[in-house]
Amino acid sequence: MELHDVWFVLIAVLWTGYFFLEGFDFGVGVLTKLLARNRPEKRVLINTIGPVWDGNEVWLLSAGGATFAAFPEWYATLFSGFYLPLLLILVCLIVRGVAFEYRVKRPEENWQRNWETAIFWTSLIPAFLWGVAFGNIVHGVKIDQEFNYAGGVLDLLNPYALLGGLVTLALFTFHGTVFVGLKTVGEIRERARKLALRVGPVTALLALAFLLWTQSDRGDGASLVAVIAAVASLVVALVAARARREGWAFALSGLTIVATVAMLFLTLFPNVMPSTLNPDWSLTVTNASSSPYTLKIMTWCAAIATPVVMVYQGWTYWVFRKRIGTQHIAETVH
Amino acid sequence: MDLALAPETLARWQFGITTVYHFLFVPLTISLAALTAGLETAWVRTEKEKYLRATKFWGKLFLINIAMGVVTGIVQEFQFGMNWSDYSRFVGDVFGAPLAFEALIAFFFESTFIGLWIFGWDKLPKKIHLACIWMVSIGTLLSAYFILAANSWMQHPVGYRINEEKGRAELTDFWLVLTQNTTLNQVFHSFSAAFLTGGAFMVGIAAFHLLRKKHIPVMRTSLRLGLVTVAVGGLLTAVSGDTLGKVMYEQQPMKMAAAEALWDGEKPAPFSVFAYGDVDKGHNKVALEIPGLLSFLAHSDFESYVPGINDTNKALQEKFGPGDYKPIVPVAYWGFRWMIGFGMASLAIGLLGLWLTRKKFLLPAAWRTGEDEVPHLVLFRKPLRPRLTRLYWLVAVWTMAFPLIANSWGWIFTEMGRQPWVVYGLFQTRDAVSPGVSQAEVITSLIVFTTLYAILAVIEVKLLVKYVKAGPPELTEADLNPPTKIGGDSRDADKPMAFSY
Repeated sequence: MELHDVWFVLIAVLWTGYFFLEGFDFGVGVLTKLLARNRPEKRVLINTIGPVWDGNEVWLLSAGGATFAAFPEWYATLFSGFYLPLLLILVCLIVRGVAFEYRVKRPEENWQRNWETAIFWTSLIPAFLWGVAFGNIVHGVKIDQEFNYAGGVLDLLNPYALLGGLVTLALFTFHGTVFVGLKTVGEIRERARKLALRVGPVTALLALAFLLWTQSDRGDGASLVAVIAAVASLVVALVAARARREGWAFALSGLTIVATVAMLFLTLFPNVMPSTLNPDWSLTVTNASSSPYTLKIMTWCAAIATPVVMVYQGWTYWVFRKRIGTQHIAETVH
Repeated sequence: MDLALAPETLARWQFGITTVYHFLFVPLTISLAALTAGLETAWVRTEKEKYLRATKFWGKLFLINIAMGVVTGIVQEFQFGMNWSDYSRFVGDVFGAPLAFEALIAFFFESTFIGLWIFGWDKLPKKIHLACIWMVSIGTLLSAYFILAANSWMQHPVGYRINEEKGRAELTDFWLVLTQNTTLNQVFHSFSAAFLTGGAFMVGIAAFHLLRKKHIPVMRTSLRLGLVTVAVGGLLTAVSGDTLGKVMYEQQPMKMAAAEALWDGEKPAPFSVFAYGDVDKGHNKVALEIPGLLSFLAHSDFESYVPGINDTNKALQEKFGPGDYKPIVPVAYWGFRWMIGFGMASLAIGLLGLWLTRKKFLLPAAWRTGEDEVPHLVLFRKPLRPRLTRLYWLVAVWTMAFPLIANSWGWIFTEMGRQPWVVYGLFQTRDAVSPGVSQAEVITSLIVFTTLYAILAVIEVKLLVKYVKAGPPELTEADLNPPTKIGGDSRDADKPMAFSY
């Protein structure tokens, strides 16, 4: 395995970390409309991710930065090519971050309601768009000889990619429901469980359709294993949610995300962004990667930093391990 | 294509707007993180309540500010790819590494520990809680360091080779990129300017309250801390600005000649105080100058030759081929002056304040004040008259804005002064834009970001004003009795959280 292959795996790991972690906090954002019945419940939901969403989002920045460093051509083609969808994602992430931090900074009900609405939309839209983006990356897009994206924005909205968008949206919402089941007490916990049982089957069907489509297009033995792992763990997650084994349900829905991302990267390799115009114009781990020296330095950095990050982020989750309910939400705003 | 709407022009405007805007928050975040950490340290060590109240007050303003810094920073991570894909392809091997280091090391640090700090008041023992804000502070400093190393490489590329076959620069010595003198000087200059900014912010807000005789114990402490920060930060900014300037005379003589509107080389060279000139013909019509000072700024003596814009341009043409290698001279010239002028004005007002509010030194005993009194502003033997006192506090309030203006112009000068290069001597800005991105797309994103940022600016400033006016919060029982166990004491199982969204 050469260094650029290692970096292909590491980029996959960073995206997996991002979707695993921000996945449930996008899901929680969506649930503020689907699950919460009143304002205190909304606040409970938002507070389940309050201390951690920002750290979760850094997995995206790391994926972006690491792609820039390890695969500059991929970074350049991807973000200039998917310009408008990326713009929309960035706008959502900006508004979302501000919404979390500024929501309680004023007591007026209108103010808070507006930011809550913002949290819903800015969680839902990126949750959908990331799926669309990855659908297009895996499927391939019109890339010309100079490695520039030659298609239009409408080309990105093809059925396969849109299905991918629905899959990530459903998957993250499901992941969010089991997370809420794990992190709350009281009535909302029970309703989260019921909602999980309704969202789960839909998610399973969408994921199955998308993954089989991918598998039939360009799958191999390894990717088939990932498909089976993804769908099986989703089904077992549902069983666990039904049996009120919330920890297991969450771990298994996380495993579904891991297996799904693994499946996508397995079918992608050795390409990083295939060209539908001419296979010779595809970006691959070899023609898109940085020099061995840069990759070596980056490998050292990632090998040391990533485990440390996991330890202290894990510690954060342990510090905030207690379940919360409406009784923990203070009346007064700080 | 119309030059004003050329993709390069639009992309540059977008980069300028988003980056200058982002950098309004960065220096405040860097300095307020450290100052808040300092105040919390004082609380943990002395258990004086005024320090905890100060920590909560400044911490709140810090949080309102860092939220904007973080979200506008997201754009920075991606816009090289969006608008500058050819740049990204050319430099990614070198430039990407510090960016990735920044994310993997600094961003994770900052954003994880900020969550612990915000929500951890009733979950963490006080020393661990304190450690969290220090971690945030370290994160902000590391983040700035890596990104400045990346920028310094654009100013003065080192530790690379050109791979002709791939048409790109490749890293050969990462350590050199991190430690070259451009990096070290930029880091020194930016860090000290950041503390000047945060100090002035603290002084301004403390002055606002002291003028109204409110929240005196907290604001008195804050005022002193702010003034000392301004004085130290400001003096170091001046020193580092001088050394960075000398480095730039070596590395980018054109930028420095433009900064002085020095059209033709002179020996000894004068420092320009005011100039108005004809850019096309390449000379000044009006010029007010201090003889010899520029030679000193460039080379530490009053004699030596400093090359001008016209001769540097000629030298660059010989080296890099035909073309115009001058930046927009008036922007460089005035940017340089606004940077120094506003920066040093805030230092002067800070030094004056430090003297006026001195506690004992050369201060007649009659004018010494206690912990809960507004300090007298004593020039020599007697306090200033009420109108002058009021004037000083008001000036101090307005001075909050000065370092922000200075920082912005400093970056505008640094970046525009390097033009037409994006990587000095290696790669020109016109070659850096994304060829696949349409004019309509760039206009869209330019409008979207500008509008969004303008709206957020209004919201942010209103919130800051609200929390500034509210003053430091009263302390609660829970504030004074932090938990002894990680995760919170079990007796508190059903108590409302100390902080919740």
